Amino acid sequence: MVQRLKEVDVVVIGVGMVGSILAKELAAAGYKVVGLERGSTRFTVPEFQSPGIHDELRFDIRKALMQDNTREPVTFRNNTSQSALPVRRWESFLPGTGLGGSMVHWNGQTYRFQANDFELATRTKERYGKGFLDADVTIQDWGVTYDELEPHYDRFEYLLGTSGKAGNIKGQIQPGGDPHESPRSREYPTPPQKEHFSGALFRKAATGLGYHPFPQPSSNLSQPYTNPEGLKMNTCVFCGFCERYACEHYAKSTPQTFILPVLLANSNFELRTGCQVQRINLDSTKKTATGVTYIDNAGREFEQPASLVITSLFAINNIRMLLLSGVGKPYDPTAGKGVVGRNYAYQTMSTVASFFDEDVIINPFMASGASGTLINDFAGDNFDHSGLGFIGGAFIGAVNTNGRPIQYHPTPPGTPGWGKAWKDAVVKHYNHSIMFSLHGSSVSQRQNYADLDPTYKDAWGQPLLRITFEFPQNDLKMAAYVTAKGVEIGKAMGAKQVAGSPRKAPYTTQQYQTTHNTGGTVMGNDPSTSVVNRYMQSWDVPNVFVIGASAYPQNASWNPTGTLGALTYWVADALKNKYLKNPGHLVSA
Amino acid sequence: MKLPATPNVTRRSFVASVGAATVIPPAAALIANSAEAATAAGHHPATAPAPAAAPAAPEKPVYLFFNVAEVQFIEAACERLIPADESGAGALAAWVPNYLDKQLGGAWGAGERLYRSGPWVQGTASQGYQLPFTPAELFRTALRAINTDLEKQGPMFSELSAEAQDAYLKSLEKDNHDLDGVPSAVFFDMLLRMTVEGFFADPVYGGNRDMVAWRMIGFPGAYADYYEAIDKHGVKFERAPMSIGEDGHGKVHVHPEIPASVG
Repeated sequence: MVQRLKEVDVVVIGVGMVGSILAKELAAAGYKVVGLERGSTRFTVPEFQSPGIHDELRFDIRKALMQDNTREPVTFRNNTSQSALPVRRWESFLPGTGLGGSMVHWNGQTYRFQANDFELATRTKERYGKGFLDADVTIQDWGVTYDELEPHYDRFEYLLGTSGKAGNIKGQIQPGGDPHESPRSREYPTPPQKEHFSGALFRKAATGLGYHPFPQPSSNLSQPYTNPEGLKMNTCVFCGFCERYACEHYAKSTPQTFILPVLLANSNFELRTGCQVQRINLDSTKKTATGVTYIDNAGREFEQPASLVITSLFAINNIRMLLLSGVGKPYDPTAGKGVVGRNYAYQTMSTVASFFDEDVIINPFMASGASGTLINDFAGDNFDHSGLGFIGGAFIGAVNTNGRPIQYHPTPPGTPGWGKAWKDAVVKHYNHSIMFSLHGSSVSQRQNYADLDPTYKDAWGQPLLRITFEFPQNDLKMAAYVTAKGVEIGKAMGAKQVAGSPRKAPYTTQQYQTTHNTGGTVMGNDPSTSVVNRYMQSWDVPNVFVIGASAYPQNASWNPTGTLGALTYWVADALKNKYLKNPGHLVSA
Repeated sequence: MKLPATPNVTRRSFVASVGAATVIPPAAALIANSAEAATAAGHHPATAPAPAAAPAAPEKPVYLFFNVAEVQFIEAACERLIPADESGAGALAAWVPNYLDKQLGGAWGAGERLYRSGPWVQGTASQGYQLPFTPAELFRTALRAINTDLEKQGPMFSELSAEAQDAYLKSLEKDNHDLDGVPSAVFFDMLLRMTVEGFFADPVYGGNRDMVAWRMIGFPGAYADYYEAIDKHGVKFERAPMSIGEDGHGKVHVHPEIPASVG
């Protein structure tokens, strides 16, 4: 029997980064907010403490903090001629679960996208002309500009206490920062983290080649910080257990450190964990949501009525929530029509490995998740693409995040996979190697999309999300180009052997690349090519807001979290100052 | 000593296993903790009854999952994947087979974190593992087929020369023959992955004994504060590694000005 609960003003599906920030803004504005989280309640103390928290087997290899794939995986195929099959173990990307969401296990790499990224279709045409792109590339403008988002980027960075060095304050280039960045209104809240040896070597080599190295913006803090919410954070000690782990030191900015204590103290907010939302409920017109239906940990089914529904799930789960609920028209790749699931994109990751003599001591285990040094000279549209046959690029950096040995034991190309030669190579190179991350953009393309799987089900009997994805030719060309640049830097560092690994097809679910899945519920100004408008409001059901990296029409050259934080505050403003005062369409179709 | 008869323990492997149990292999002898045993003896006069404190470290793992025929293959195969040599201990001295035994006998072996609903269709490499076997079922099935196969040919795996063992492992890895429904390359891949895991994982999981693998590469282990060291570039970090088991005193990092938890 379904138990119908008392109506509230707002129901938030997923209490991660987006959900906790929005819930706090709306509860503080006087609205009654219920947050539904499928995972468990967890805090820095006692959940994230030693001795258990630095367990490489449990967290890296067994993926203890991730979405329960025994109940809720996805299916995958490279193209529509194949049958999609379940991804039976997570490898390529790692969506989290539980209070605080995927941000609990992030690395803290906190970037802004550039002004160009938000108007990518328009600016590409302006600079390179019509017909520059492959015909099946479906990039588009976001419907929101960098200038509109700048105050919200600023607010998000000050919430987190991000450690970095500005490169452009109100148009004035700042020494030591990234000269390619779009103008920011002020300096980062805290100075950069200390530089690792690998970063220092990279800095020297990149400077010598005429590039512009800068310290990676890090939300693993360089010094103690009190954020505008009054919450205190600590200095990161470079313990080397960051991504895939929770932080026991209050040094990595996560909802647990920057917002949850304030949110949970507000009596207008109620947190319910262990709640698996089955669908957003619509009325008979299908144009108004009436609330959500969820099943709790004990198997009991509830209906939670609400005036406003915010889905703030990890990107792929936002797509699935809309498809399961009938919000928006599903995308059909054959006809090229429909919008939900369209423009699913990813990140095109390449690597460069540099192997040094044994007198060069690297100490890879001394690391935060974002204490690298990098260049943006080959990111985005920071270089001329004329004649190259692709758009986009990658940041190139010595981004040394850990030396945890089950995962990290680099060996030069040609080393056997096992036996004495393998073991000798592992021992010889472990402390004398540097890995670059080449963090590449991802164009959207007509054939890449997500829909509901016709065969496989979750533990509640609902269809799984089916992802159809292959790397576009545009991005493979980009990967080859930037990897060659990375190899030059590796050689300039004095490495005796440098091995570049440009990303190649086919895309595989079996190798970790990144958890930067984007698209599928994209934002824009045209309802025929977007699911939500520029305020991330559903075109079809205006009391549903869909907030996540699923809104990105394509993915840029940087980690997506900073931009999602800015969008979250952008939406908070629109909700408080526009929508909730006069509910209805914020943009007329 | 009586061992339970199982269908896949032949007379020959039975005899070989009994023989193996009575001889400590050189690698195992290296890690027998004789110094600790001597110290313990010095503290407790021979006349006093042996107290509960400090039992001698066992010289061989107690295998709970693998049967004797399986142990012979696993011990010998792991040692070829990561052999003892001048750079340090191999998989056997690191007790990697013990790690495999405990993992396969526990939740991981039973399919922890594995989506286990059909239909079962074999796909592309990009789609990954699509067999219905749990890791425990996969090992059991493959090992039985391997031992049956070897028995037809002559000596068991543990009796082969190192070169012949390597050749057999390569045939599992590359030729991908059928092991009673398990493609041999899939078995080999899982064996290799788990061997590397057991070698480098925290010793609380039963491998990486005495943190031999961490000492060998210079990994300081689970806990260290590198705030003062990180910008002293190129300086070797000299400290014995630390296992998560060594910080097991309920110590909790509480900051006095930060609320422990709310709600």
